[in-house]
Amino acid sequence: MARISRRAALKTFAAAGAAAACVPEAADARVERKPSPEDHGLLVDAVRCVGCRACVTSCREANGKAPDVQVVNGAAYDAPIDLNAQTLTVIKRWEEGKDAGYVKAQCMHCVHPACVSVCMLGALHKGAGGVVEYDVAKCVGCRYCQVACPFNVPKFEWAKALPRIVKCELCRHRYAEGKGPACAEVCPRDAVTSGKRGELLAEARRRIEARPEAYQARIYGETDGGGTNVLYLSPVPFGALGLPALGEEPAPALSETIQHGIYQGFVAPIALFGALSIVTWRNRRSAEHAPAAGEEESR
Amino acid sequence: MTSRARPVGGKLLSPSVQIMIALLGFATIAAAARFVKGLGATTSMNDGFPWGIWIAFDVVVGTALASGGYAMALLVYVFNKGRYHPLVRPALVTSFLGYSMAGIAVAFDLGRFWNLWRVPLFFWEWNGASVLLEVALCMFAYTLVLAIEISPAVLERWDADGAGRRADFARRWLPRLERALPFIVALGLVLPTMHQSSLGSLLLVAETKLHPLWHTGLLPLLFLLTAFGMGYAILFFEAIFSSHAFDRPLETRLFARLGAFVAGVLVAFLAVRFSGLFAAGRLGLTVRSGGYSFFFWAETLLLAAAAFLFLQQGVRASAAAQLQAALLALAGGTLYRIDAFLTAYRPGQGWVYFPSYFEILITLGIVATETVAYVYLVRKFPVLAGVTETRTKPVPAAVGQGVAS
Repeated sequence: MARISRRAALKTFAAAGAAAACVPEAADARVERKPSPEDHGLLVDAVRCVGCRACVTSCREANGKAPDVQVVNGAAYDAPIDLNAQTLTVIKRWEEGKDAGYVKAQCMHCVHPACVSVCMLGALHKGAGGVVEYDVAKCVGCRYCQVACPFNVPKFEWAKALPRIVKCELCRHRYAEGKGPACAEVCPRDAVTSGKRGELLAEARRRIEARPEAYQARIYGETDGGGTNVLYLSPVPFGALGLPALGEEPAPALSETIQHGIYQGFVAPIALFGALSIVTWRNRRSAEHAPAAGEEESR
Repeated sequence: MTSRARPVGGKLLSPSVQIMIALLGFATIAAAARFVKGLGATTSMNDGFPWGIWIAFDVVVGTALASGGYAMALLVYVFNKGRYHPLVRPALVTSFLGYSMAGIAVAFDLGRFWNLWRVPLFFWEWNGASVLLEVALCMFAYTLVLAIEISPAVLERWDADGAGRRADFARRWLPRLERALPFIVALGLVLPTMHQSSLGSLLLVAETKLHPLWHTGLLPLLFLLTAFGMGYAILFFEAIFSSHAFDRPLETRLFARLGAFVAGVLVAFLAVRFSGLFAAGRLGLTVRSGGYSFFFWAETLLLAAAAFLFLQQGVRASAAAQLQAALLALAGGTLYRIDAFLTAYRPGQGWVYFPSYFEILITLGIVATETVAYVYLVRKFPVLAGVTETRTKPVPAAVGQGVAS
């Protein structure tokens, strides 16, 4: 059966193998992003948060988002249960054994974000100060960012015919007025603090040292998922707050390593194309003459 | 690309084609609703499940079912199995239709579809890290390559018409295409190798969401192997139904030898998958994951059964067994791909997804369009080879046949 062209097939595989041999070298070429102490960020302290939701309201005002009104038994409430197309930050209740409290959720502004890694035309991208920004003009609405984000942060305007992706951008539209994130501005207990990543880490360590009995001895986001510019302090293990266990590698590390490994410099695809062209060229004649044989065989 | 293919002829508006066209009409209404009211009002997709059946079935499964042209080109032009040459053109036609329909499904799915034209053109904005960008560009390019690969079917028809401008055009371009063939074929092999594997790579980034029985660094290889397995299986399915619908001779013996090859691909898939689970220390999960274990074993057993039946073809060729084997392989491969994108995808926080009537109707409409287009092309253009006389009363095309591509 395999009488013909074993040689040709072997050649193809040899060429593909040679191309694949370039892979380990290329695999290191994945872009490394390191946390910068100068990046903008937030420190969220679940020990201090009392769940007043002033941050949710001020976020709406600052970003021009309508209240997420739910009517229950005839009464209207602005009570979002999660981030959604109108809600860039939300306060959630957590319970862990006898402990319970509140925690704020919003975009984590990852150092090496999965949403940015997967976005086709860079609608989601790292902007000045490490802010993960959204440029609607480059967005096709594929929603791969939603698949990729381990924090389920980007939200899609499902209710609109002309939708866009919605997420916290650290109030970057207010920087020109000399203002920072609206949520941190109104927090009455400094449970949300805005600042530079390096300063926030120092402040977080100070709080842990001052009251070690109240805090977990770790800052979520310092290294988790390759580091995030939004950092968390917690009285209970971070899983209880709904923060995923990510390890120290950025979420897109595996896909970028494999993808860049295979496609670095486009060497492998071009080598494969060349090898296949040669084999097809050589086999051309026999393929042309074959139909007659094939037809006879089929009878 | 030269062939002895001839148009099948016969009546176009058979009853089953009329049903397909009716379905297409309903789907058009659903499509209008989707564009006017938006995705939220018409689909079950949500922030937890941003991708539904339009991606998981129409694109991810649809292009695997459209891998017949890829699988066949590899066999005929690279492994030099010239005897399968008569199967190349029908395989390329269904592949072209399958990829075109996947493209249409994407246009329905994209929230900001009017920006899609920027993706292939705005190369300075391309994000090299985006797996989806690679998939999109490859699929777009491959659809064009497929159009070129099947163009001789149209040109031969024009040539046969005799005189006139179209005939002149055909006679000028047929030899040119002939000369460029090796490069077009090579491109038609590289592009699907890239994006079929990358369909698996799409899920690499979703490590926290995809169940560990499915999430592995081997996803690109596993998706490539299912594309092959399903690509070959669909050829059996198409050939057997075409022979029934268009009264053509069965190529049972020709296919019997191909069976051993398909079995090898399926066994390779299972071997890669199990060795990956073994290496990651996850074999225990295959029995300890409740419903996920069920789906895992359903995929595994469907593909294993298909491999077994295909292997038997080496001993005793039978069209019925070939059809069974092909259906098992298609079911197994389809289930694997749907599971990876939907069933085993766990975004957390109580998110659930089941397709809405609109989504299902539009998917059916796309399948119907594809079927009608296939019937039209096969009846009017030289696609199928070795046609004997058509009966005076043609047998209507089987309804299921169109699902083939």
